[in-house]
Amino acid sequence: MAARGAFDEIWGHGGPASPRAEFASLARWIAETPADELQRRQQSAEVTFRQLGITFAVYGDSDAAERIIPFDIVPRVFLHDEWARLSEGLVQRVQAINAFLEDIYGDARILKEGVIPNELVLLNEQFRPEVNRVRPPHGVWAHICGIDLVRTGPDEFYVLEDNARTPSGVSYMLENREAMIRLCPELFRDFRVEPVDSYPDMLLQTMRSVAPHMGKSTPVCVVLTPGHFNSAYYEHSFLADSMGVELVEPADLVVDDDVVFMQTIAGRVRVDVIYRRIDDDYLDPLAFRPDSMLGVPGLIAAYRAGNVAILNAPGNGIADDKAIYSYMPEIVRFYSGGEAKLPNVETWRCREPQALKYVLDNLADLVVKLVDGSGGYGMLVGPTATSAQIEEFRAALIAEPHRYIAQPTLALSTVPTMTEKGLAPRHVDFRPFVLTGSDGVRVVPGGLTRVALREGSLVVNSSQGGGTKDSFVLSPEAGA
Amino acid sequence: MRIAIEHRTQYRFSQAQDRIVQMLRLTPTDTQDQTVVSWRIGVDCDARLREAIDGFGNAVTMLYAEGPIAALELSVIGEVLTSENAGVICGAAEPLPPLFYLRSTPRTQASVTLAEFAADVAAGEALDGLHRLNAALHGRFPDAPDLPDRGCAAAQAFAAKTVTSRDVAQIFIAGARHLGAPARYVSGYRTDGEAHSAPHAWAEAYVEALGWIGFDPATGLSPDESYVRVAVGLDATGAAPIAGTRVGHGREQLDVDLHVDRLGGEE
Repeated sequence: MAARGAFDEIWGHGGPASPRAEFASLARWIAETPADELQRRQQSAEVTFRQLGITFAVYGDSDAAERIIPFDIVPRVFLHDEWARLSEGLVQRVQAINAFLEDIYGDARILKEGVIPNELVLLNEQFRPEVNRVRPPHGVWAHICGIDLVRTGPDEFYVLEDNARTPSGVSYMLENREAMIRLCPELFRDFRVEPVDSYPDMLLQTMRSVAPHMGKSTPVCVVLTPGHFNSAYYEHSFLADSMGVELVEPADLVVDDDVVFMQTIAGRVRVDVIYRRIDDDYLDPLAFRPDSMLGVPGLIAAYRAGNVAILNAPGNGIADDKAIYSYMPEIVRFYSGGEAKLPNVETWRCREPQALKYVLDNLADLVVKLVDGSGGYGMLVGPTATSAQIEEFRAALIAEPHRYIAQPTLALSTVPTMTEKGLAPRHVDFRPFVLTGSDGVRVVPGGLTRVALREGSLVVNSSQGGGTKDSFVLSPEAGA
Repeated sequence: MRIAIEHRTQYRFSQAQDRIVQMLRLTPTDTQDQTVVSWRIGVDCDARLREAIDGFGNAVTMLYAEGPIAALELSVIGEVLTSENAGVICGAAEPLPPLFYLRSTPRTQASVTLAEFAADVAAGEALDGLHRLNAALHGRFPDAPDLPDRGCAAAQAFAAKTVTSRDVAQIFIAGARHLGAPARYVSGYRTDGEAHSAPHAWAEAYVEALGWIGFDPATGLSPDESYVRVAVGLDATGAAPIAGTRVGHGREQLDVDLHVDRLGGEE
């Protein structure tokens, strides 16, 4: 088996013959559905995804621009109680992220009290002086968060990474579910699975709830995309479509008199709420990048004047920065007064000499990450790396230690997955989506499960050969 | 000192523009030693102006104009009362902690030679070191006129023969930060009885126990009552008096007419 010693979420530690008691019926479904039937259904789902155009571009690989992310037919399942505990931790985490952003760009109490090294925030490129002292409409910063989690046992969940800028992947959650309902209807008959298809409604409700007060009954909301060449364009258009709002590019928006307008055939329409899927750098050339021709000149002025809500708020990068991540337990404690319900993965900050020494001494056992990297790039997975790769990272760490953190290689949980040799456990992670509006915090009952398809691999990023699975959350009093 | 400022900026376009959006950092704010008596920004075409305070504490005016615009003149007319305080800045809005101003930018990164130069001349106690850096830069670049920003970086300017007041201010900032002193760029005005084609620029550095102190490497001295502080930033781009975008084709021609005069009385 690929994952010796890892906890399998359905089969437990004992393998297919002795599944976890609560998952007996699901294990039976897996065992009793012929493998070639599962294969057939999986291929059918992938054909649909290709037709829909849910593809993504692999960075630095132009030939593979039209690749779809592989889909696995065996769902990942959360029991109702597991989910309830997880949700509490997610709500606490996201509330802390919001409180942190409000503080950092406001009174900066957490810096004055020395809870975080001040230079880690103030000298961090992700701390944006352009939005210093701006309070977004209704005081909401991180409207849409994707919190990446890993699991090592029945009740052992860890936060691997917070995504408080423009987390993507929600279209996979929705499309995967649709495919599962079509291809495996018996599962939805036998199990009571919480629906996820209300996500676009929840998102629209969240957007409307943070509209600046303009005395209007229905605020005008838009989705702002960099354009069709963006790797997540499918998701941008999908979300705009399913919410019934306009999908716009920067050139479609103008700012006049500190108010944002969308140019339409019928003339200008005032815009109240923008769900942007564009990085801060390319939002407004007057505020962020005078050398850039992209963006909407004046957008930040309109935002500062309180005339438009921007989801997520500009400047959020400081909250999900990997260097800040290691202080999240302190941040949660500082704002909530309690301990974090969802712990962090143990993290060595290479900027600290003792930590650096430990990391250099144990490179072969650790995962090393660039503080400002994402998508599995600039990352060393010690146990599977070649010695040349390890030496390359050693040199980089010595040259610029402040740019790196390191974490232990965790025995990530597995879920049975279709492979060329039949069903086998493969490592997974999980990205649930948490929405925050002026009316509260909501956790969508589901999320994006990413699976490392290569035997033994711990890297689930789609750019590195990962796939996805549907993620079931069971309703109360339902067994699996 | 009572200082009158008249600063006109004229844009002429080879083809009419559809839209112009500008961010103006052209309005001084009050400090203990600087009181704005009157200030007015005018535009010679149909435009909307909106005022705000930015994240650095600068007074910012957004300008929105709809085309067709063949030419645009911005006029800034005002009067400021200043007093002498040995270059120490008191009573300015400081929404960002000094530590923030240790942050480097592409335009204020020190090259090896610049860093060595700074370390050489400024060895010793912090405040004295900064004064020596200021004087040494003036010695190296005795002539640093107020010319429009060419987008030059500190390291590049340090290796050049001729520099502007903008360049030498950025060189000072790069050097000061290299020495561990938070430093920032200041854009403003100075009455020296000469004609100018651009506002003046200098630097401020933070010294523990004293606070923010002005240094003008274009003169080798600290700013006195003949200076009017207008905007601060991490570098020349961040404190640019005018940042603009236009929608439309063609070239633009820029003319600046700037008078900074000392008025009688109020000595």
